[in-house]
Amino acid sequence: MGIYSVIGKSLDEVKHSLYQGKSGVVFDPIRKEMGFRSALTGMVDRPVLKGVLDRRMRVGMAVQGEYAYIATLEALKIAGIDQSFLDQHEVGILYGNDSSAVPVVESVDILRSKKDTMMIGSGNIFQAMNSTVSMNLSVIFRLRGINFTIAGACASGSHAIGMGYLLIKQGLQDIIICGGAQEINPESTASFDALNAFSTHESEPTKASRPFDLNRDGLVPSGGAASVILESYDSAVKRGATILGEVVGYGFSSNGEHISLPNVDGPARAMQMALKDSGMGIKEMDYINAHATSTQAGDSNEAQAIDQVFGKAEPLISSTKSMTGHEMWMGGASEVIYSLLMMQNSFVAPNINFDNPDEFSKRLNIVQETTSAEINAFLSNSFGFGGTNSALVIRKF
Amino acid sequence: MNLLMQNDEIIKKINQLLIEEIEIDADQIRLAADLKKDLGIDSLDFVDLFVIIENNFGFKMKAEEMADVTTLQDFYTYIIKRVNPN
Repeated sequence: MGIYSVIGKSLDEVKHSLYQGKSGVVFDPIRKEMGFRSALTGMVDRPVLKGVLDRRMRVGMAVQGEYAYIATLEALKIAGIDQSFLDQHEVGILYGNDSSAVPVVESVDILRSKKDTMMIGSGNIFQAMNSTVSMNLSVIFRLRGINFTIAGACASGSHAIGMGYLLIKQGLQDIIICGGAQEINPESTASFDALNAFSTHESEPTKASRPFDLNRDGLVPSGGAASVILESYDSAVKRGATILGEVVGYGFSSNGEHISLPNVDGPARAMQMALKDSGMGIKEMDYINAHATSTQAGDSNEAQAIDQVFGKAEPLISSTKSMTGHEMWMGGASEVIYSLLMMQNSFVAPNINFDNPDEFSKRLNIVQETTSAEINAFLSNSFGFGGTNSALVIRKF
Repeated sequence: MNLLMQNDEIIKKINQLLIEEIEIDADQIRLAADLKKDLGIDSLDFVDLFVIIENNFGFKMKAEEMADVTTLQDFYTYIIKRVNPN
């Protein structure tokens, strides 16, 4: 696994941030000047790839592709997979991404000012498509297996892992790079800010993302990229790979109701499907990494769904979005990695800013401080606009 | 005298742009270098060269005029003729 996150540019940095309950949320004055209602955002530097990749490899990548490249490098290294292995074996890529705003804006700005498409240059189209990440990484790493992007709103990264799991289970591919990437910039979040969905707790950015808290006032957009190398058991054992965990369940559903307001039934069904697929019971889930984004409706509905499915089992729960903000298309993949780091290091990261529960979250066992815990299995939830729901069950190997 | 110096400046500028913008290895710059085979300039790079040449020399390269431009020498000549038509 590999990560490029607002709480750390490597697994080691992220592990420390999770343990310390460190927030990656900042106030971005540029957004205020541009007319945003909320200038809060997760923030991480843009990687410098000049000198690392040649120009042709770089010119077609938008910023989220750069994040994904760094995350994938780390993941491949830990998996013990080098370029020579990729050249000799059919490895695929299924990556979550659902936007690429800046290149589209740039191309139209050039067109409007120069009135000549020939001034746009060769890289823009490859940056601008939603499949920009899978497209670019498959060329950079010379992959020859499955190759496409999964666009499922804020469940994209989770669905990407789920789809990879299904393909490998079907025996159609042995190894797939799965993940999620999310651009960080005002252009991609302006129309989201237009929904009044973001927290305006600008005076204390690190306290703005407050999943499950009574006084939460909206989400904080964020981004980066996270990659996991999914592999069949036989293939991993055959080449002596280090196995970090086992995906044992994938559940999905659609709400069939409102385009932006979640419900309880859809998420509950996705969780139940994942558990059923895993063959594990509710008491065996030691930890739930909640989707909870710090919105009033979303968090309440998820709390009710978890209560409905888990009842008295009371697994430990936290939403790492309290620290990272809402990583959107990256979130489903990054949150699996955050949970795996907790599993490897026997702790549950806190749901920071959870000062007072509401009527629904008070029924849940929400972790407020970093807690030592053996996690043998966890459930990770991701829900998105359009009512798309994804749930993954991962077990210690 | 003036024209020769100007042509030298054009060649220097072209080389600088190839090295800095297209990231051609400075060691590869020689008159007989084949643009595609030696310098690795492919069809997508030509799209970017179009932008670079317009931004730096103020004219639009035309694909149909590039048919006989295969070496760096040819490229210099092509640009010089467009910048210094006389």
